[in-house]
Amino acid sequence: MDLPELGPLWLSLQLAASATVVLLVLGTPLAWWLSGTRSRLKPVIEAVTALPLVLPPTVLGFYLLLLMSPRSWLGGLWVEVTDTTLTFSFTGLLIASVIYSLPFMVQPLQAAFESLGRGPLEAAAALRASPLDAFLTVAAPLSLRGFLTAAVLTFAHTIGEFGVVLMVGGNIPGETRVISIAIYEHVETLRYAEAHTLAAGLLLFAFVVLVFVYVFNRRLPVHVA
Amino acid sequence: MAANAAEAVEALAADFEQRTGHRVTVTVGSTGKLYAQILHGAPFDVFLAADQERPRLLVEQGLAVEGSRLTYAVGRLVLWSPDAEVDAAHTLRAGSFRRLAIANPDLAPYGAAARDALRELGLWESLRSKIVVGENVGHSFTMAASGNAELGFVALSSVLSQGGSYWEVPPDLHRPIRQDAVLLDRAGGTTAARAFHLFLGSPKALATIEAFGFVVDGQRRHLRSR
Repeated sequence: MDLPELGPLWLSLQLAASATVVLLVLGTPLAWWLSGTRSRLKPVIEAVTALPLVLPPTVLGFYLLLLMSPRSWLGGLWVEVTDTTLTFSFTGLLIASVIYSLPFMVQPLQAAFESLGRGPLEAAAALRASPLDAFLTVAAPLSLRGFLTAAVLTFAHTIGEFGVVLMVGGNIPGETRVISIAIYEHVETLRYAEAHTLAAGLLLFAFVVLVFVYVFNRRLPVHVA
Repeated sequence: MAANAAEAVEALAADFEQRTGHRVTVTVGSTGKLYAQILHGAPFDVFLAADQERPRLLVEQGLAVEGSRLTYAVGRLVLWSPDAEVDAAHTLRAGSFRRLAIANPDLAPYGAAARDALRELGLWESLRSKIVVGENVGHSFTMAASGNAELGFVALSSVLSQGGSYWEVPPDLHRPIRQDAVLLDRAGGTTAARAFHLFLGSPKALATIEAFGFVVDGQRRHLRSR
């Protein structure tokens, strides 16, 4: 049996890891704000965050194609600054992935923060901890499960990304040819053996990840600092 | 039917319905995908492919009616720029662009033709890093139309109704993009399917197909003899 080349797998892992890190940085403050706010904007922001869950990837892919085009303000600015196009590049895929996986980071985190209740934070405030201090020393450690679930789901969901990548990626080896695209091409060109190897690997990966999340969520004792 | 001829075939179907009173339901997809669906029992009566390979395989596998293969259209490859000011052929040779969109040469006949042409022009290796690959010829068109690629190898049928500028790739630079239609076995008995299959070869149908930017078989012979 022909072994498929593993470049697309490696690229997918890189993309997923990068998207997870970026979303941890961006998604945490957003989830924190959502969990505590009484703003009238909250439902609107929550809806925007959840959009990638319900929109077909073709909608996202189509608008990203227009937004990242050198003709648009964003794509044009990018070309001026970097002299490369945003579409058909790893950076472009990363931006797409961050948008596409946003709810998978924000929703578990928000749920974890909300389940803390006000008590621990009010206690911290009474001890004169600054809000940032209270978050870092009280809320974040108590939400460890939430962080882990969010990170793992974000990572796994980005690995499974297909429609958006197909539209804005351009299928360039080493740059945008991720594993889902490679599988698709193997199937379309009737190279079923290679497709099977990659697809079965991905299936196993997704299953192991989900089992890990469920086991971890059940087992992990919560330590109060 | 294959995606690249969607407009032409929808016009054909409407015309056929008006003449005969039969109803035609058109399913558009990539040739490879539709072929796989037919293998797995999809309820189609006539298959209009973008190549000759898939219809031939279907006849071989006993899923299409022997002797029903006919070339309903010959695709014409153009190099297109959405910018009317651009001389597409000159830009290609000069390499003065960032991205060139082509259809996937392993999947799409237009992609294979584009690769042929680039090889004939001696540009395939040097332009490799600038080439972005669409799933099919419609996708490579979108890549160029949205401004993400300055140039694209697309179907003449796609650019006729668009602005921009194009260079018609000389047919001797690439294998012909012959598109075959075939009557599927499950439809062998239905008169409507047979009638539509017959209609595809009629002068009226060929005129419609030609108007949408394809060469039809007779004219092709004429071009060759010149």
